[in-house]
Formats: sequence, structure tokens, C-alpha cells
Amino acid sequence: MSNKMHIKMNVNGKDEEFLAEPRELLIYTLRERLNITGPHIGCDTSHCGACTVTIDGKSVKACTMFVAQASGSSVTTIEGIGTPDSLHPLQEAFKEHHGLQCGYCTPGMITRATKLLEENPNPTEEDIRFGMAGNICRCTGYQNIVKSIQAAAVEMSSAKEAAE
Amino acid sequence: MKDEVISRDDRVANLKGMGCSRKRVEDARFTQGKGNYVDDIKLDGMLFGDFVRSPYAHARIKGINAEEALKIPGVLAVLTAEDLAPLGLHWMPTLAGDKQMVLADGKVLFQGQEVAFVVAEDRYAAADGIELVEVDYEELPVIVDPFESLKSDVVLREDLDPNADGAHGPRKHPNHIFTWEAGDKEPTEEVIANADIVAEESMYYHRTHPCPLETCGSVALMDKVNGKLTLWGTFQAPHAIRTIVSLISGIEEHNIRVISPDIGGGFGNKVGAYPGYVCSVVASIVTGRPVKWIEDRMDNLMTTAFARDYWMKGKISATKEGKITGLQCHVTADHGGFDACADPTKFPAGFMNICTGSYDIPTAYLEVDGVYTNKAPGGVSYRCSFRVTEAVYFIERMIEVLAIKLNMDSAELRRINFIKKEQFPYKAALGWEYDSGDYHTAWDKALKTVDYDGLRAEQAQRVEDFKAGKTRKLMGIGLSFFTEIVGAGPVKNCDILGLGMFDSCEIRIHPTGSAIARLGTISQGQGHATTFAQILASEIGLPADSITIEEGDTDTAPYGLGTYGSRSTPVAGAATAMAGRKIRAKAQMIAAYLLEVHDNDVEFDVDRFVVKGAPERFKTMKEIAFAAYNQAIPGLEPGLEAVSYYDPPNMTYPFGAYVCVMDIDVDTGVPEIRRFYALDDCGTRINPMIIEGQVHGGLTEALAVALGQEIAYDDMGNCKTGTLMDFFLPTAWEVPNYETDFTVTPSPHHPIGAKGVGESPHVGGVPCFSNAVQDAFRPFGNTHTNMPHDHWRIWKTANGLGLHD
Repeated sequence: MSNKMHIKMNVNGKDEEFLAEPRELLIYTLRERLNITGPHIGCDTSHCGACTVTIDGKSVKACTMFVAQASGSSVTTIEGIGTPDSLHPLQEAFKEHHGLQCGYCTPGMITRATKLLEENPNPTEEDIRFGMAGNICRCTGYQNIVKSIQAAAVEMSSAKEAAE
Repeated sequence: MKDEVISRDDRVANLKGMGCSRKRVEDARFTQGKGNYVDDIKLDGMLFGDFVRSPYAHARIKGINAEEALKIPGVLAVLTAEDLAPLGLHWMPTLAGDKQMVLADGKVLFQGQEVAFVVAEDRYAAADGIELVEVDYEELPVIVDPFESLKSDVVLREDLDPNADGAHGPRKHPNHIFTWEAGDKEPTEEVIANADIVAEESMYYHRTHPCPLETCGSVALMDKVNGKLTLWGTFQAPHAIRTIVSLISGIEEHNIRVISPDIGGGFGNKVGAYPGYVCSVVASIVTGRPVKWIEDRMDNLMTTAFARDYWMKGKISATKEGKITGLQCHVTADHGGFDACADPTKFPAGFMNICTGSYDIPTAYLEVDGVYTNKAPGGVSYRCSFRVTEAVYFIERMIEVLAIKLNMDSAELRRINFIKKEQFPYKAALGWEYDSGDYHTAWDKALKTVDYDGLRAEQAQRVEDFKAGKTRKLMGIGLSFFTEIVGAGPVKNCDILGLGMFDSCEIRIHPTGSAIARLGTISQGQGHATTFAQILASEIGLPADSITIEEGDTDTAPYGLGTYGSRSTPVAGAATAMAGRKIRAKAQMIAAYLLEVHDNDVEFDVDRFVVKGAPERFKTMKEIAFAAYNQAIPGLEPGLEAVSYYDPPNMTYPFGAYVCVMDIDVDTGVPEIRRFYALDDCGTRINPMIIEGQVHGGLTEALAVALGQEIAYDDMGNCKTGTLMDFFLPTAWEVPNYETDFTVTPSPHHPIGAKGVGESPHVGGVPCFSNAVQDAFRPFGNTHTNMPHDHWRIWKTANGLGLHD
């Protein structure tokens, strides 16, 4: 179990450098090596999306990616989206529209939704349901998650217009 | 005074008390990734433990060799039953009065059973260790069918004396667990034998699994210096777990602290006690270091807490006009290798005896036989109150089958058999006393809202079009009317391992007019920190925003039986209101003293006590709180605290009316849900936003169970559904938007009239989705097909009815 690899990556704006076994999964790197526990483990097989993070602009499920594959990348987790004093509109919208219950899927949901709204700033309900289909929630039945994302999209669009 | 300019309505609004859609206080941490779930816990020197599991469903263990595993760097120990036996911990009691192996003791009874526990520096080393533990198995004949089990010469539980009674009375066969009866056998048989009309049906309520997104896990820390054990874990009943740990480990209960941190959904999965919990404790005692155990998804689906698996056979009799006269039900209940069902002690088949449903059925009889097979143990209440889901599915299918026999509309059949409003409290034939209900009002509202007659006309036209070759899609109208029985329960008939099923709340008011309240329950997403503060705000007149709710730490919270079976609001919610009233009673005395009037001359008004007839003379609860710590009041102790242990006088009986409209493509078997209307009556409504969220979630879990979710085994006892590839969890893409509605029939015996709602949508939803599928095929001769109605099975139904010819 030697043969450690030299990994360099940027996580939530901070440079990280360490040695890791080639088999180390990114989700354990984040959760156990770097103490970033927002991304969760729900299925181990890429189905549930609780571990969703953003890597170089793409939504990725961290439970089925080796950290070695993420070496040299820039990773954003829920911890890198908004701060307590300045929440992301999606974080506000999920609170406002009861888009979560147990909270376990929420970091992955919001992280995925940030990318969805970048890909498509004005999604229809169908776009949202399709675009979020890689993230499972067992509590909400999705209705209020869809509503939260719709509300955030409107909020972000009007903020953008105001800025232009 | 500044207060005087605020209107009474504003004062009410400021409290954010009962009835308002207060935003959840939990959400700040969850939306920022700052929840604290058990796998987030990291302690100095913490080890990771994981199981060697049996690949066989039934096998004798001839030897275990851990030598090679122990050579792996980072592997510290490999525990087997032999190591646990001297401590008496190789077996543990189950909640159902049976016992279960913690680690395989000579044999295994289901695939995935825990055989050895590898303790290592981290999860990778543990996994490496598991690979190298050699187990010598001798395969034994496998039984996965409970009917075969009762005829077989193969004895599954060799540890039990075949001639001795089980925990629930005589056993008929070495693989038989119990027979449980309710109602009157002979009179029911007589009524059915002499009835105008009798409908019969056999149905299988398939095995499934609650599958919360977070699996089960624990972290144990045995502090040998102080003799204290701390156990964090995914516990829906932390106090009961503390008592169980004390009883089986011999550690005195005051030296055990059990903590349920944030829980990522429970749905019944996290009620029981699992070998992993015990092994993490033992491993911490052995190594002197904290030990974490976390299930992976496959462990979770294959080993902890299946639900349902009921083979139900029913007879229902009626007059020619459709008045139901009798109901008979026999259940063969597959409990797997150990009887680990999570039910109150006196109810080995849970509340299956609510199977007369919402109908005035004069005579009924229920018999349940529990059976061992080579499948995983469990039998938990998956988003339901102890087998109510099975009961409601049974009666709501029997009603449909009877309607077919009578050639009658099933909405009308329901209407003429509903228990009438004036019959409450209603004593049902199988023993329960329903507290309150107004079924006709709810049903009429539901049918009117969806334009039921219009839907039936559309459906008739669709059948014509189908027959004329104009469409390949059929239309199904699913109906269900359910009565739940929740809030277990009165201590006189409900206990778990002898612990009465009361619940509790303890309140401390702080000098500056804020408060903390601790409860014996534990939220798993239901939003207790939000809603219980609302109950208190209305009861004690301090803003909900100034009240912290805390649960899940047995060192600080009062003893309670936890959260499952929709019992938090009916039981702990009642305790909260009652404790609040104790606070208010003392506050009244303080107010009277401060206002220099007699106690009876002041009255409570929203957030203050006012002098009767002189509303300008008052003391706010904030002022009273300060006075409680600041004034020496003759005859009163300082401080403002209260505790209530609430033993409910009865269960509560929420009910609801659901309608599902579905289009089904007969060539692909794909159902498309066009509309789902859900009317729920949960009595007094504490937070409408949260109620609606619970309904959406419960309906989605119902959709999953009815339309595809299943724990399936092959003949060798291999679990075929161990990952989310095979086990259906609906995504946003498959789930419709739901329309929610309500009526309010308060519980007459609950202090605030609330009945509980979390499980209603699941209980009522499963038969509604199923009935929609079955109804689509009714015009072509279908009476009943078993769930889950996945695309393949729907296609097969269509094919069997000749619709592809």
C-alpha cells in the first residue's frame, strides 16, 4: 500500500498538497483528510449525488473519483459556495421554500444546482427536474427543491439584470 | 410603554406560534454544509471497524482464520463470536423478544450476516483486512419462502427449543415464530358464510427497505479512566438504546451517554439495535480507542431493517347493497432469520389490527403467523406506525375487489361504509377506539375537487378509444381513504422491552426571557427544532425565535422513547404543551404578585398576563421570566422550569382522502402520473409549510414502494437489490407535483388537538398509486395484481389481459 502519489489541488480557493494512495477516493480526501464534511456519502455508486462537488466547472460525484484523477484541479464544495454573512441565492431559496428536511442531500443538491443555473440560467421546471435527476432526496419529494431552484434562478437573473 | 402600541395581532405574529409557516431554524447549518452527522464525527485516535459478511444465506461456520488479516498494517483486531462470548455479547436481544447473533455463532442465517468485525486505523485498512479473513463455510439448504419454511424439515434456528413457546406464545413448527389473533373468529366466519356477497383476494405486500440517504452508523468511546461510555449513532430512540446497551453490557446506565447527532433520514431504519453498534462499543473497550462503524449502502439494504414482506389473504362480505358485514384476514409474515421487528411488545404484528380501516365493519377477525426464513431480519415500520401501511393497503385493496364483485363504484362503496362523524369515539371490531373523524366531509371535498364524475366519464371514453384503436394509453383513477393509528402510545398497552411509550419535555426559562426545551424524541428531518418551539411559543408567550429545542443527548434530555410511528407530535408534542402549561401556571402566580392582585385575577393573553377587566395592567412573559430570578416571592421557589412526562390516554387517528390519476402505456408499461390530490386531516396544524413538506415526501416514498422499490431474493437467498442500481429511489424526473389539501378534526384528548402527519402520506399513498394501476386494467377484467408495479410487471399485466394481441 505504498506507492503514494503526489497530489496538488485547490479546494474552495485554498491550495492543498499531500501524498495519497492511488486508490484514495476524492470523497474521503475531502471528508477525512481535509475535514470538509459538507459533501456526504449516500450510495458509493454515483447514484445519489450526496457527494456532488464541482471540479473545473463540472458537477462531479466525489464518491467514484480517485483523488489522483482530481490532481491539478480546482474543487468547489458546499463550503465554497457562499458564507454565513453572504449566502448564495440558492442557499437562501432552499431555506425560504422548504427545499430540505434531513439536510443530508442538501450540500450535493445545492452544489449541483449552482452548476445547473450556470448551464441554464432560466430553466423550465422540466429542465430543473432533468438537470437534478442525478441527485436523490428521500425526504422532500423534490417539489420544494424545484421551487427553490426556480426562485433562485429568478433572483439571480434579476440581480444580474440590475448589475448590467 | 412601548408594548402598548403593538396590536394584539402583531403580538401573536411576533411569537411565530402554532399555525404559522415558520421557516426552519435547522436550515442554516444544512444549507452551508455544517450539519453534524455521525460520519462527520472525528475523534483523536479514532479507529474504523467493518464487518466480514456472509456470502451465503444459510451455512455452518466451520472455522474463521484471521491470521493473514492481522498482518495487514493498520489492522488492530479481528473480533469473532468467540471473542464476544465471554462477555455474553455474541448474541443480543431484539425488540421483538427474540435474540439475534451479533457475530455469527456457528452458523449464518442470511446473506450479509455479520461474521467478524475488523478493527483498523482507517476504512481502507479495514477493507484490506476483511479481504483476508478466511471463513470456512459449509452450505446448508436455503429457505426464502415462508410457506415452504413452515413445511420444511430444515430447522433454521437451532438455538431455539422447538417445543418451547416463543416470546408471543406457542410455536407450531421449528421455523414458526408466533400466531397473533385479534377479533372473533367464529362469528366472523359465520357472517361471511351466510353473506349475500363475499369477495376474496390474496395479496403480497413485497419486502422493501426504508433506505434513508444516510446509512446507519455509530462511534463508541469507552473512557476507561472515568468508566464512561459515550456512544454517538443514528438512533431514532437514543434513550432506549442507552437502556439496551446498559442491559446487555452490564455498564451502569449513568455511565453511558448516548447521543444522536443530526440524522440523515430514518423512516424506521434507525429504530432497532444493530450488531454494528454493539461491535463498535466492544471494539472501543478492547482497544481503548474510539471506534467508528458506518454501513455502506449495500450493508444497509442487505442487512439492517427491511420492511413489509406480508402475504395477506382476505375475505370481505357485504349485503347486495354494498353494506360491509364482515372482514377476515390471514397474514403469513416473513420475518427473516431473527425476529427483530420493531413493534410494541404486545403487538408482534404491529397495529395490523387497524385493518378494518375507515369503515364501520361490525365483525372481523385477523390472524398473523410469523415465520423464520433465510432472509435479513428487520420488519420495521417504514414511514408508518407499526404495520399500518400493510393494514391500509389490505383494506383499500379489499374495498376495490369488493366493488368489482358488486359491480359498484368504489368511491360510493367507501362512502356508504365510512364510520359516521357521530359514531366517534368509535370502537372498532378489532379493538381500537378511534378518537375522532369526519370522513364523509373529507371524501366529498376530495371527490369534488378532482371532479370525480368527470374523471370517470373521461376514463370511459378512453376505454372506448382504446378498443377502437385510437390510443394505446389507459387511464387509471386511484382512490384511497385511510385512517392511521399513531402516537404510541398509552403505557397501559404499549411498551418496548418493558419501557412504557410515554414521552417527555423539560423547559428552562432564562432570566432574559428566552428558553431551552429538551425532549425525549429526535428529529431526522421533521423539523422538531422549528415546530416544538412553535407549540411552546403559543403556550408560554415567548417568541419561538427565543426558544432553543434540543434532543438526542441522553445526559441532558429527559427520558423518552424516540421518534418513529408519527409519535413525536402526539406524545412529545403533548408533553411540550403540558410542560408549557406548568410554566404558565407559575408565571401566573409571579404576575399576580408583581401586579399585586390575587392569582385568579390575572389571565393569560398571548405573551402576557393581564389583570382581568384592566388590560392596561399587565406583565409580559419576558418581565415575568426576569422576576422569577430576581424577586423573592413569598411561597414560591426562584427559577422558572418545568418537566412533563406524558402518557397519552389514547392513540391519535389522522386520516385522509387521496386521488391519483394515471395514464398507462400498455406497450411499454410506463405509468405517467397526471395528477395526485392529497387531503390530510392531522387535527390541529402546527406548521402548514412543514406539513406540506411531509406530505410531499411521504407520497414520494409511497410512489417508490408502489411502483418499483423492492428487496428481492433469488432461490439461493442472494439479495438481488443491494445497490441503488437495482433498488428504486425516485428522482426529480419521476416524481409529479402533488396538490395538498386539508380538513381539521382536532384530537379530543390531545392537549393541542394535534394528531401527527409524517407517515400518513405513505400509508395512504401506497394503496392510492397501486389502485390507480389496477383501476386502469379493471375494464379488461383485472381484479388484483401484486406490487411493485414496475414497468415490466405492468407490461405483463397488460399482456396477460390480452391487450397486446
